[in-house]
Amino acid sequence: MYPEDLRYTKEHEWVRVEGDTGIVGITHHAQEALGDIVYVDLPKVGAQVEQGKPLGSVESVKAVSDIYSPVSGEVTAVNDELSTAPEKLNADPHGEAWLVKVRLSAPGDIVNLMSASEYQTYVGAES
Amino acid sequence: MASAASLKATPLNSVHRALGARMVDFGGWDMPVQYSGILDEHHTVRNAVGMFDVSHMGEIEIRGREALRLVEQIATNAASNLKIGQIQYSGLLYEHGGFCDDISVHKVADDHYFICVNASNQDKDYEHIVQQNRFDATVDFASPRYAQIAIQGPRAIETLQKLTTADLPAIQYYWFTDGAVCGTPARISRMGYTGEDGFEIYIAPSEAARVWAEIASAGAEFGLKPCGLGARNTLRLEAKMALYGHEIDATITPLDAGLAWIVKLAKGDFTGRGALAKQKEKGVSRKLIGFEMTGRGIARDGYPVLVDGSPAGWVTSGSPSPTLGKNIGLCYLPVEQAAIGRAIQVIVREQPVDAVTVATPFYKRAR
Repeated sequence: MYPEDLRYTKEHEWVRVEGDTGIVGITHHAQEALGDIVYVDLPKVGAQVEQGKPLGSVESVKAVSDIYSPVSGEVTAVNDELSTAPEKLNADPHGEAWLVKVRLSAPGDIVNLMSASEYQTYVGAES
Repeated sequence: MASAASLKATPLNSVHRALGARMVDFGGWDMPVQYSGILDEHHTVRNAVGMFDVSHMGEIEIRGREALRLVEQIATNAASNLKIGQIQYSGLLYEHGGFCDDISVHKVADDHYFICVNASNQDKDYEHIVQQNRFDATVDFASPRYAQIAIQGPRAIETLQKLTTADLPAIQYYWFTDGAVCGTPARISRMGYTGEDGFEIYIAPSEAARVWAEIASAGAEFGLKPCGLGARNTLRLEAKMALYGHEIDATITPLDAGLAWIVKLAKGDFTGRGALAKQKEKGVSRKLIGFEMTGRGIARDGYPVLVDGSPAGWVTSGSPSPTLGKNIGLCYLPVEQAAIGRAIQVIVREQPVDAVTVATPFYKRAR
């Protein structure tokens, strides 16, 4: 369920580190808890984000939920497809429906995050 | 949030869990918010048929020689106009004119009225009615005796007809009949909270799980799905049906809420009449009006509304509309600013987002 090459937050975001870039998304658990996702609000390219601080928001039919950045750095790409097809977040949250790419300013940040097995245990305990 | 153990449960609780429903604390009740997904369930009710467990709703029965006099005292609509077998939407008000609850009054017999009330209001409603009972009538807190299932959508009538000998087409909208469903006694009301044709049935709690399963089987050929409170909310909002705690509460009168049609000032005294008569004479100061978002963003309950850049009102209910594919909502605005077609702004997470007021209901089914 939870890919081994991602690192996870307690707020149900993930990051995949590729070189100096972190690709950020929300987890399967997050999309499932939200239900039908109908709106995604993301920062613009060039925005600075900080680990643990709000990065944007995602809304389901029922509720709005903040997205917290798992890493710090500068946003270098935004997944614009989600503005017209937010339902992709329900279908493929760990893959096609990534949110933003961040040039990492503090690559060591990821040691604060959970591994796949730790996250699996964490959401297992939460539910 | 209260733990699941301290929440009240309907007789269908284990059925919902077995179906994999997502359960939420809804006013102290452990209720299903969704099964297959809110959008899917919403479209299922608009296009086919959905079933809802609404057993959390409360029932209060008034009986006796002066039952009608008590109902007329507590409720804003004219219960004296009801015929046996007829239902009336009405207001249960406080003396100051604000809502204690919105209710549906069923006339069972000349000396027997059955009132369906909101789940989280049922205890205070009962107390409020008992306090006003200076008549030869009894007030019975009947909620423990009833489970309630709503069958809603264009195929609701075909679904339910397979399970009852009652002549369903003969039951008009806002009428009911006492018969049997799946062989168990049932009160069958033709009404709902979705904007679609449909029925609400009241049965013994001990029969609820069996009846639920038989309705599910009977409706399978029409595409029936179980539906949760999430879809119930988007459906009722599109139909502009009030939700207590949102469009109406103790600070809102029926005249504010656009519900003057349930207020019969001419019927004689009733609780809240004085306040409403005064308000009618002065004219209402605010109005409930619908809007659509024109900018990017979803209005949610409680968000502030701006007119000409100044704070003017608040959103009572806001949501994506699955049927319209737009983001819609209801808000209160000062009456002089509540014209249809007016540009307004909703403060969505600290940012003003453009919207326009529109005629309601947002959705009306073709008849």
